[in-house]
Amino acid sequence: MYSKKVMEHFNNPRNVGEMKDADGIGKVGNPRCGDVMWLYIKVEKKEGKELIKDVKFKTFGCVAAIATSSAVTELVKGKEVNVIEKLTKDNVVDILEGLPPIKVHCSILAIEALHAAIKDYKEKSKT
Amino acid sequence: MKVYVDNGASTKVDGKVLKAMEPYFTEKYGNASSLHDFGRDALEGLEKARTIIAKKINASAGEIIFTSGGTESDNMAVIGAAYANKNKNHIITSAIEHPAILNTCQELEKRGFDVTYLSVDEGGFVDPKDVESAITDKTALVTIMHANNETGVIEPIEEIGKICREKGVLFHTDTVQSFTKVDINVKKMNIDMASFSSHKIHGPKGVGALYVRTGVKIKKLMYGGKHEFNLRPGTENVAGAIGFAEAVKQMKDSNVKHVTELRDKLIEGVFDSIERVKLNGPRENRLCNNVNFSYLGLEGETISTYLSMKGVATSTGSACASASLEPSHVLIAMGMKHEDAHGSIRMTLSKFTTEEEIEYILKVLPDIIKKSRRISPL
Ligand SMILES: Cc1ncc(COP(=O)(O)O)c(C=O)c1O
Ligand code: FES
Repeated sequence: MYSKKVMEHFNNPRNVGEMKDADGIGKVGNPRCGDVMWLYIKVEKKEGKELIKDVKFKTFGCVAAIATSSAVTELVKGKEVNVIEKLTKDNVVDILEGLPPIKVHCSILAIEALHAAIKDYKEKSKT
Repeated sequence: MKVYVDNGASTKVDGKVLKAMEPYFTEKYGNASSLHDFGRDALEGLEKARTIIAKKINASAGEIIFTSGGTESDNMAVIGAAYANKNKNHIITSAIEHPAILNTCQELEKRGFDVTYLSVDEGGFVDPKDVESAITDKTALVTIMHANNETGVIEPIEEIGKICREKGVLFHTDTVQSFTKVDINVKKMNIDMASFSSHKIHGPKGVGALYVRTGVKIKKLMYGGKHEFNLRPGTENVAGAIGFAEAVKQMKDSNVKHVTELRDKLIEGVFDSIERVKLNGPRENRLCNNVNFSYLGLEGETISTYLSMKGVATSTGSACASASLEPSHVLIAMGMKHEDAHGSIRMTLSKFTTEEEIEYILKVLPDIIKKSRRISPL
């Protein structure tokens, strides 16, 4: 049912964990099946750019939710905040070589967590 | 190592069953309704199978109708009883029945019948007193399962049967999971109808039976020839019936003892080696082959998938693993929180399960739970 890529991320999820000194935290829940995802980002300012220096996640959810969480963190690490802000679920689904239709909503969860973390970072860095 | 502990879903066909069936494909392949030798051989086999199943539940052969399985038997009992009596339009069932009962009842509601879905307690038990108070003079049928497929809870059907008989209401029970694991005596238990399925007890798929007590009138579902006492038309699945009956013969008391011991070893092993677990369903009055735990803070599809990667086949009541994205209706009816139902893993053993297999599960499971808990925020 799942692609090789999904199974690979699921079996070896990258960037699992929490972050004590995070610059932005996204905590989202999925109303459809009741899953939870926490995503932490650490941002570094370098030559006028805001880069994702580190990222961690924790997910309570299915195989697809864990695999997309892992893939999202891998995708954003080292990238510019204003670039990854534009990511959509399709970017992650493509990296994972597709998801079963019933599991697409899980990938939305991962993207929502990312956007929530960026929003949190922006609000915090305003003050 | 490959370990199959999903015997609640389906089972391996017993080698003796396969052997007993073979001549009915290659030599005795006639139509049981035909008058020649081929037909007579088939008919003899069919009636022999009927007698074996009848004896096992203290019924007579004329009370056993072969069907295509548990689902058909359940449909036939519920719809058949609903339409048999024009003055009655009420059915009583429980919230934890198999979809073969629940969705049949929901269809009858659409057609104008009233259905009462009795709730269960934390252990998953139906209270016979609730059955008694739900019965009205409009009640056509009470249908309560013998043992639940997810939690293995064994319902007090003898008490329920007694109440129904006293009130003069038909009593049907789905014994698909309990048959050959728990004794069934239709007379002592006042059962009017009971559903059986072959593939849950090491027989072939696509065959089952409905016990209908002599004198009980039901309306048939399908129209055709006069097979199966004019209640279930269609050329009989003789090989299937033979296989089913042989499977019944091959289930011994010693098998139940063996499975019970392994079940207890697995339950105790999980309690001993893993924290934050909850046994779903009762410790007593539980099917000999059912182990169902919730691993709190975790999601079942992930656990089941990690287990599958280690060769262990299980099932889960998690919302994420269901087509509807709803958690198990059985666990929710028992008052369980959604997130706890999420982490449920069912392991259902069989007479072919070995001690080494249980030890293997107990070796790989704690690490899988540890790995999963590192990922979970809960
Ligand atoms: C309790 C119960 N009833 C009915 C059925 C349906 O049986 P079958 O698969 O033979 O249609 C099952 C099995 O899925 C079951 O567990
Ligand atoms: S997280 Fe529930 S289906 Fe994916």
